[in-house]
Amino acid sequence: MKTLAKMRPGERRVIQQLKPSSVSIKLLEMGLLPGKTVRFNFSAPFGDPISVQVAGYQLSLRLDEADLIEVA
Amino acid sequence: MSKPITDTLPPHTVSTERIALVGNPNAGKSSLFNLLTGLNQKVGNYPGVTVDKKVGTLHLPSGRSLQVVDLPGTYSIFPRSSDELVVADQLLNLKEESFQAIVVVVDATNLERNLLLCTQLIDLGLPIVLVLNMADLVQKRKISLNTEVLRRELGNIPIVQMNARRGEGLNTLKNKLDEVIDAPLGQFYDPHSAAAEAVSEVKYQLGCQNYYQAYLLLHYGDSLTFLSPAEKKLLQNCKDQFNFNAEALQVEETTQRYQQIDQIVAAAISTPEIGSSAFTEKLDQYVTHKVFGYLIFFGLLLLIFQAIFAWAAAPMDFIDLMFGKLGTWISETLPEGPLTDLLAEGIVPGIGGIVIFIPQIAILFAFITVLEESGYMARVVFMMDKLMRKVGLNGRSVVPLISGLACAIPAIMATRGIDDWKDRLITIFVTPFMSCSARLPVYVILIGLVVPEKTYLGVFNLAGLVLMGLYLLGFFMAISSAWVMKKLIRAKSQGFLIMELPAYRWPRWGNVGVTVLEKSRAFVFEAGKIILAVSIILWVLASYGPGDAMQQAEEQIIQLAQQDEALAESLDTRIESARLQESYAGQFGKWIEPVIRPLGYDWKIGIALITSFAAREVFVGTIATLYSIGDTDSESTIKSRLRNEINPETGGPRYTPAVAFSLLVFYAFAMQCMSTLAIVKQETRSWRWPLLQLLYMTIAAYVAALLVYQLMS
Repeated sequence: MKTLAKMRPGERRVIQQLKPSSVSIKLLEMGLLPGKTVRFNFSAPFGDPISVQVAGYQLSLRLDEADLIEVA
Repeated sequence: MSKPITDTLPPHTVSTERIALVGNPNAGKSSLFNLLTGLNQKVGNYPGVTVDKKVGTLHLPSGRSLQVVDLPGTYSIFPRSSDELVVADQLLNLKEESFQAIVVVVDATNLERNLLLCTQLIDLGLPIVLVLNMADLVQKRKISLNTEVLRRELGNIPIVQMNARRGEGLNTLKNKLDEVIDAPLGQFYDPHSAAAEAVSEVKYQLGCQNYYQAYLLLHYGDSLTFLSPAEKKLLQNCKDQFNFNAEALQVEETTQRYQQIDQIVAAAISTPEIGSSAFTEKLDQYVTHKVFGYLIFFGLLLLIFQAIFAWAAAPMDFIDLMFGKLGTWISETLPEGPLTDLLAEGIVPGIGGIVIFIPQIAILFAFITVLEESGYMARVVFMMDKLMRKVGLNGRSVVPLISGLACAIPAIMATRGIDDWKDRLITIFVTPFMSCSARLPVYVILIGLVVPEKTYLGVFNLAGLVLMGLYLLGFFMAISSAWVMKKLIRAKSQGFLIMELPAYRWPRWGNVGVTVLEKSRAFVFEAGKIILAVSIILWVLASYGPGDAMQQAEEQIIQLAQQDEALAESLDTRIESARLQESYAGQFGKWIEPVIRPLGYDWKIGIALITSFAAREVFVGTIATLYSIGDTDSESTIKSRLRNEINPETGGPRYTPAVAFSLLVFYAFAMQCMSTLAIVKQETRSWRWPLLQLLYMTIAAYVAALLVYQLMS
């Protein structure tokens, strides 16, 4: 399934689920929950980390972390 | 069930009435804290961790005063860093008198995420006052917010709308805090239905207020400081016995909370669909651009570096002058004796050596605070993270490393922004390799001594190129040491970067001022103690010698001076030099000579190595005293004197290019700065890291200097 890490700038998708990992709770806490819409804003100059819009604010995370978030 | 062990708890410690400020990072908590307490605040440390404990006093309209504790910013009550652990530790504490009220500061433009922590605190049954901060932005973005609905949905908690940056709503909040705050009525998550046996048992055994408190103790019992080993063991047993699956429960809890928060937000708020902040989005296109972004960043760095270097020079010279005068005044005014000498030559210069760093610390932290308050710092982390990660650092390591070019002390203090402990430790460890401004006098003298005046292509001066080479050498050493440490240190958890990019805002100058004051104060009182102690020890070593050797040396010089007029003219400095040679420091110099001989150094350089452990620039002063130059202000005198110094073994000059380059490389790598060791001890809370750092840097310096000398001679 497509993950947040593979989205393009401006693209909006709905989060399906989070792959289990040690940072899952941190991601949930920051508002990356199944059912939420997430928009890909832009990536840093070397492609990593990325900036996304979720729950009404701007969040940045590394590609490794974004790859844990499955979207549709 | 066994007998509850709460009976054996110590009685409640009596304290004045306290309230706590809690909230997400960037919600405006520190603005509110400064607003409530003004300059009536003290910064200390929580026991065992390097987390600032900010406490202040608030005077209420009724005349009562409250102690306000500013807890570190956190997104939830689940701790992941040492900062967040402090919040859990304070709010879950069963044994100390609890807070009269918990002021939860939330960013009203971002209620959804901010309410997560709030609902957890409500479930803990804490007496909450909710501050909806940034009321101005709510209006500006045409967000309609029904506080009455919000209050009802959150269990009738008092709500105050504020703009903490401007002070709006302050009186309403003060009046509210003058009333008795009741515990909230609502409950969001029911841990009893999720893990009934475990939470019931813990609640009964430890005498918890409610099930949610018991549930959090089960989660984090291991790391909470107020629990006894027996209580921790009991919690562990409960977890094992009732199959308490911490991670699954947290995921379940967070998901459930957000479902409820969604409903509350839907009922209380309607946001027009314009996205977050159009201004921030537009600005980010430039600030994080692959060309402009780095140009802006390096421009700012240049400005900061320039400021630390140039703006600090005048106040530093002034401080130096004042302490010099004070020392002279003391030795001239007070009766002669060892105590006066200790005061004038040991303690006063020692305190001067601490105070002299204040301008640099103040300037650096003024810049850092402005960059952080404006929201820019998060973008720096964002842009640099990938590059820094390759060598085991983190986006947040950039600023400390660059600041290290001015002075490692404020730079190491600035590593507090790095939340991953491993990344922070590596940054602290390698920062002193960056060539600080104290190395510059040493570099300038030695380069001037052996590097010929040559210019390439019309602009590139050879001395300047060598100087740049030394800076690059330091940077390269820092980066490669970080890479090695990344491979060596095993971290419990893999590092992550999940960070809010806050909207851009104007910094609040009041907050900047308060931070600058705090950081300067922390440096003077924490690291200052150690620096002063070492200064006194070094003074004793340089002022006293075994038996009457120093006395004899002095008399010998006086006798010689009676026959030699030239010698008589510079008698005082000659005596000083002779005494230093016979002092304990001089003895040490001779003692370590066999060790430093392979590097090309003699015992005189050995003395300078020892005394310049106080600070690198002392090298120049010591060499000056040893070669009886007296006036260290004039570089050319030192230079010509050094140039004429003869190596008795070879008959040639003492300072050959091989010796000078060996010294240059030694000073580029060696720790040679007790202030840095003191600050590393303070920041890592143990002597282990500064001692390891001293060992590592000294060995690196020794090996490099050995190679340079042996290859060049």
